Amino acid sequence: MKKILLAAAAVALVTQVAAAQTVKIGILLGFTGPEESQAPGIYNGAELAIKQIDASHAFLKGAQLEGVKGDDTCTDASAAVAAATRLVTSDHVAGIVGGHCSGVTAAVLQSVARPNGVVMISPSATSPSLSTAPSDGLFFRTAPSDARQGQVMADVLIKQGIKKVALTYTDNDYGKGLADAFSAAYKKEGGTITISLPHQDGKADYSAEVGTLAAAGGQMLVVAGYADQGGKGIIQGALDTGAFSKFYLPDGMYTASLLQHFGKSLDGSIGDIGESNSSGFKTFVAEAKKAGFDGTAAYSAQGYDAVALMALAMEAAHSTKGTVYKNKIEAIANGPGVKIYAGQLAKGLKLLSEGKAINYEGASSVRLIGPDSAGSYRVYTIKNGKRVTDYYE
Amino acid sequence: MNILDAIVVLLNYVIIPATSYGAQLALGALGVTLIYGILRFSNFAHGDTMAFGTAVTILITWAFQAAGITFGPLPTALLALPLGIAVTALVLLFTDRAVYRFYRRKKAAPVILVIVSMGVMFVMNGLTRLIIGVQDQNFADGQRFIINAFQFRKMTGLAQGLALRTTSVITLLTAIIVVAALFWFLNHTRTGKSMRAFADNEDLALLSGINPERVVTVTWLLVAGLATTAGVLYGLDKSFMPFTYFQLLLPIFAAAVVGGLGNPLGAIVGGFVVAFSEVMSTYAWRMVAAYVLPRSLVPGGLMQLLTTDYKFAVSFAILVAVLLFKPTGIFKGKSV
Repeated sequence: MKKILLAAAAVALVTQVAAAQTVKIGILLGFTGPEESQAPGIYNGAELAIKQIDASHAFLKGAQLEGVKGDDTCTDASAAVAAATRLVTSDHVAGIVGGHCSGVTAAVLQSVARPNGVVMISPSATSPSLSTAPSDGLFFRTAPSDARQGQVMADVLIKQGIKKVALTYTDNDYGKGLADAFSAAYKKEGGTITISLPHQDGKADYSAEVGTLAAAGGQMLVVAGYADQGGKGIIQGALDTGAFSKFYLPDGMYTASLLQHFGKSLDGSIGDIGESNSSGFKTFVAEAKKAGFDGTAAYSAQGYDAVALMALAMEAAHSTKGTVYKNKIEAIANGPGVKIYAGQLAKGLKLLSEGKAINYEGASSVRLIGPDSAGSYRVYTIKNGKRVTDYYE
Repeated sequence: MNILDAIVVLLNYVIIPATSYGAQLALGALGVTLIYGILRFSNFAHGDTMAFGTAVTILITWAFQAAGITFGPLPTALLALPLGIAVTALVLLFTDRAVYRFYRRKKAAPVILVIVSMGVMFVMNGLTRLIIGVQDQNFADGQRFIINAFQFRKMTGLAQGLALRTTSVITLLTAIIVVAALFWFLNHTRTGKSMRAFADNEDLALLSGINPERVVTVTWLLVAGLATTAGVLYGLDKSFMPFTYFQLLLPIFAAAVVGGLGNPLGAIVGGFVVAFSEVMSTYAWRMVAAYVLPRSLVPGGLMQLLTTDYKFAVSFAILVAVLLFKPTGIFKGKSV
């Protein structure tokens, strides 16, 4: 009896310690706003990594990882900063996975992450300007910079013999950054851009913009916008008036809802999304399916990798302090060491606790160049109202 | 043949969009003008009344769609419209009883009523977003095109396509019917005549035994009908997002002022003037020029007077110009 009591007391003590050891990380995404249909996919990916880490009991000697949601609205910098401030000051998070869109990510980095020494790993902010933004080494992203996406877009179009396009972009950091990167790469490869027209999100009617784009003409319309906002409006207007029938759709236009809305009328359009063809990605998609969500959703894998990278760095540094574990992130992402793919987080944590080096590949073949993921893209064509993969680049 | 292409381009990108937009503005401006003529203040809540009416109509449309009731090739929203108008009318009558009547009895200056209407605007705006959310809602169904660009090209063999959407035609037809009914009502019924009498000279109207509360009630009922119809047509033709109706307020006021505030005919003309100026000054004319002018004369630029970002600036400019040079508007409304 005495022994049982003692054991019970010991268990109680242990669990108490473990319970006290909860490490919180903020998950700051645009749950409302122009990318709200993309956010749940990323969140599911992040959540899956958290679940696997908790199930392993190998994280920081049995500590639990907990995700705290924050809404960065994707476009409203002051709302994003307020949400991030709440995460840091009242939830005391050890790091932030986010933000979702480039503009708010830059704002949160400068006014919350740097002053508080909190690490940020964005799964989806892709503006080239974030590569060079001052960050005190606190900022990373598992999504590639749009400087790379712009190059991929140019390559894809030239390869298909499309040498003259009209370009419209959403008038913010993401759209402008991508449009600039694409224009530079496309012109270098001999393409002509007939017009580069910014559009505002949140309008009911884009017929004036479509009229201008139609007047400029081109073989295809490149829509560097958001699938739930102006991007959709522009496509609707272009299809209605017959101005364009084929579109190039970069990552911001990669949502299931876009195809549901337009169906087969987008047939023949092409697009790309940051995604890799590695075994890690396949494992991730399979595990996501078991967990009940679609792992191929945009930036879902990057969400998983952002959380995993953060937790692994904490383990390697034996610390949850951003200013300490930030130094471990690059080594874990780029190796050398044992390769760790999605689904092997327990193994990775164990190796790190034994003091061995790992090379985190994860779900999206993570490799960092500076703060950015080197990134690979899946290029697809829309056929019969479905995205059919052409190749990976 | 080239001239034909030029005409098709012009129809497709300028005349058809501007006409349906003009009809929507005209219906909105009629509501503003009625309130200005009879209740004697500029109703800033009008845009959000349109949003509210549309939101209610959308909910009823969804209910109809769920119950399997459709309107054949026409949008179901047209069936739901009368119910939407009824609900909006009740809400407007409630705001009148709860808010405006208090200030009317105190004989408050018009400028105070304008500020009051701004308060109502914010409440209405919040209410709409609370009911239906902030995102864009899709409620259009039925046949989307009467003729689409692809069919047109195949039929005529022209290089340019012409798209005629069902909603554009419905917008225009509905606007004509509503305006005709309104004019008949104002000119040929006893109530309509009493409203005009009240608008012309309030004291004289009161002396001749016109019941002011009845005139006010009928005005709000008409405004509910006009606002909801305008809102639903705009939503069907473009897309519904609560915030965009607030942005419509400026062109609507510009339309009412251009035509002459308080003058129903002016509101209609004003709606089309504003719509055509907005579309024509932001349209890139190069495509038309390319078909009409000889090759050597076609300019390299887009021939665009203003970029599309400045669309709203056009209505602003019209508003300012009219107020400066002809404050009573084209049709001699009341001076503001």
